[in-house]
Amino acid sequence: MGYVAIKGGAQAIEGTKTVFDYLRTRQSDEGVPLDTDTIENQLRLLHSRVISEGGVYHPRLASLAIKQSQGDTLEAAFALRAYRSTQPRLVETPVLSTGNMRITRRISSAFKDIPGGQMLGATTDYHLRLMRMELLDESPERFRAIAQEMFDTASVDNIPDSFPKVLESLRAEGLLPPLDPKAHNRDPFDITREPLIFPVSRSAALATMARAEQGSLLAIAYSNMRGYGDVHPTVAELRVGYLPVFLPHPITGELTEIGEVEMTECEVVAMYDEQGSSSVARGRTPGETEGDEGNTKPTFTLGYGACFGHNEVKAISMAILDRALQKGMKDGPSNPSEDPEFVLLHVDGIDSMGFCTHYKMPHYVTFQSDMDRLRSTQQKQTSKESIA
Amino acid sequence: MSAAYPFGFLDEYAKKEVRRTALKAVAIPGYQVPYSSREMPMGRGFGTGGLQLTLALLGKGETLKVIDQGSDDSVNAVNLRSFIEMTCDDINTTTSTEEADVIQSRHRIPEKALREDQLIVLQVPYPDPLVVVEASEDKRKMLHGEADYSRLLVKLYEDIVKFDEITISHRYPTRINDHYVIDPSPIPRWDVPKLHQSKALILLGAGREKKIYAVPPYTKAEPLAFEDVPFRVEDFTDEHGVRRACQRCGCTSSFLDEFVDSKTGNKIYQCSDTDWCDEQGSSNVAGGRTPGAMDEQGGSNVAGGTTPGMEEVEQRREQLPRTPGEMNEQTVLSVGINKVEVVNGQGA
Repeated sequence: MGYVAIKGGAQAIEGTKTVFDYLRTRQSDEGVPLDTDTIENQLRLLHSRVISEGGVYHPRLASLAIKQSQGDTLEAAFALRAYRSTQPRLVETPVLSTGNMRITRRISSAFKDIPGGQMLGATTDYHLRLMRMELLDESPERFRAIAQEMFDTASVDNIPDSFPKVLESLRAEGLLPPLDPKAHNRDPFDITREPLIFPVSRSAALATMARAEQGSLLAIAYSNMRGYGDVHPTVAELRVGYLPVFLPHPITGELTEIGEVEMTECEVVAMYDEQGSSSVARGRTPGETEGDEGNTKPTFTLGYGACFGHNEVKAISMAILDRALQKGMKDGPSNPSEDPEFVLLHVDGIDSMGFCTHYKMPHYVTFQSDMDRLRSTQQKQTSKESIA
Repeated sequence: MSAAYPFGFLDEYAKKEVRRTALKAVAIPGYQVPYSSREMPMGRGFGTGGLQLTLALLGKGETLKVIDQGSDDSVNAVNLRSFIEMTCDDINTTTSTEEADVIQSRHRIPEKALREDQLIVLQVPYPDPLVVVEASEDKRKMLHGEADYSRLLVKLYEDIVKFDEITISHRYPTRINDHYVIDPSPIPRWDVPKLHQSKALILLGAGREKKIYAVPPYTKAEPLAFEDVPFRVEDFTDEHGVRRACQRCGCTSSFLDEFVDSKTGNKIYQCSDTDWCDEQGSSNVAGGRTPGAMDEQGGSNVAGGTTPGMEEVEQRREQLPRTPGEMNEQTVLSVGINKVEVVNGQGA
């Protein structure tokens, strides 16, 4: 008898690949392979999610990842992330201002009238979630006509490319703490090149959340919203659009636009900090939390969220958690969403899904060892009882 | 594949970082050195920490062995090995412990004693033994720094009060070089004595938790225990006090997997280490080839000769002395908080 329990691994693995790919192609005669442009456009939000969690802005490979993973967001982000490991980090961009974003949507729930106006853009927020039966059998002609008709009626001339930030007006009124002039000089923390060693900087926390799994962020942020926390946020501004990316020209050194990335950004304003409490900075956290430095007047506090792609729920969740974590870093965590270790070590989709999946692997040896301990304990119990 | 990906999959900067981290780990035995840990194309939890070490350390012309649960042919071992073969041209792979320069393993250390010129990489799911008593990594770091393992010892003590037995089955906390206590990865207690004064360098990689640590060669490794409650390895004696033998090779000195024969419904025991089992079975002088690790630590070895059939195994077991505890506690390392002694099982 051979090693029945675990033999034949190589062949079995090959088999799983074949049958997995069969399921992708089994539509047979009517089947048309998905092309990556279709995924990027028609599954736009799925694509956004994968590019954000994958943590590398490569729209074409993100589409490919979705295609080969057959639509599993965790798997697709995972493939993209693994690809990233093969690429060296060659240059760093300077700090980019989201004030220069080419906006496709921006809203504020703090003010009815914001400078530049509310621009709803593409959203399902106010849609009735009724089944659109007409899409069940959509003709290619009708499909193309929708895109063409869009610009027949829309006036495109009087829309500016960019809009001022809502926060600027709040800051001008003294309702927010002034910008930290030292922030620009601080090096951002690169989570792809350094491990998180707690306590971590706010920059490390933001970077971790920017590529976190949306559902995980949402769940922890929701716990804060429901009562395991007290951020009570107001969305000062949520903007979606394309952010121009600049790099120094290799010869002249002059900053040159090399392209743009689609991003979602959210800034939440939370209830103000008590007077004086801000000076009691606890722990060994680098002083990166706003309102930390000698600011005695009470002000609103801020939470910030931003990620690749169009992911509004993620950006809002991140902003709430940023606020909660800043509070936890300062006063010590009073619930899970304020605990940097709890939040930051459990929101990465690649880490958590990988570890969850690994339980399907054989654990024969450790289980043998478990049985040994249990039997030994049982035996001792039995002999004890027989004496008694 | 080879066109799209560099040698060893990772970019050169990443491999350099892993090597530097490994050097630091060797310099501070048992200390968990943080590193950035790249995403690998296989799941976190499937050995990505070990894999990054292997890929960073393996050079052209070297020979690699990959095992999982002691077997070269388990699905995960096959998967890791074929990935490494695909991304590292000009390396050799083997199933023989003897021939390997680098061994990557999950959950086992080979039965055959390793040599000075060999290196074993263990895959680690939980690098920190203190995680059972302290959830915060920040606080655990301080406890490690101060070598404050009192809470772990209290946990062991509570086990004894509740169950008359230390219930930690695998991942047994082990103190390295008199300071840091490590989680030796989910190896069974059986393999823990092999860490002590190992001739080979032992590197442990936790990819998801982003830590690398090491048990350098010829370094002290003592499982936590009490003077009056010694550390015990898994017990493979049957109800008559006779050491069970592998039904395939007849070895009575190896860690055994237990499973049920699907035809007869009987329980069957086989060596967990497949290369060891093959070697015992094929060698006619196996009796003389005692496994080094067990031998040094006062274990008995009665590995038989040729591959025996079931009847033969039964016969031989009949002939074995029926002294309870004969091979029960092969290796007992009794470790007080400051006191270390290695005692024979029968004497304890």
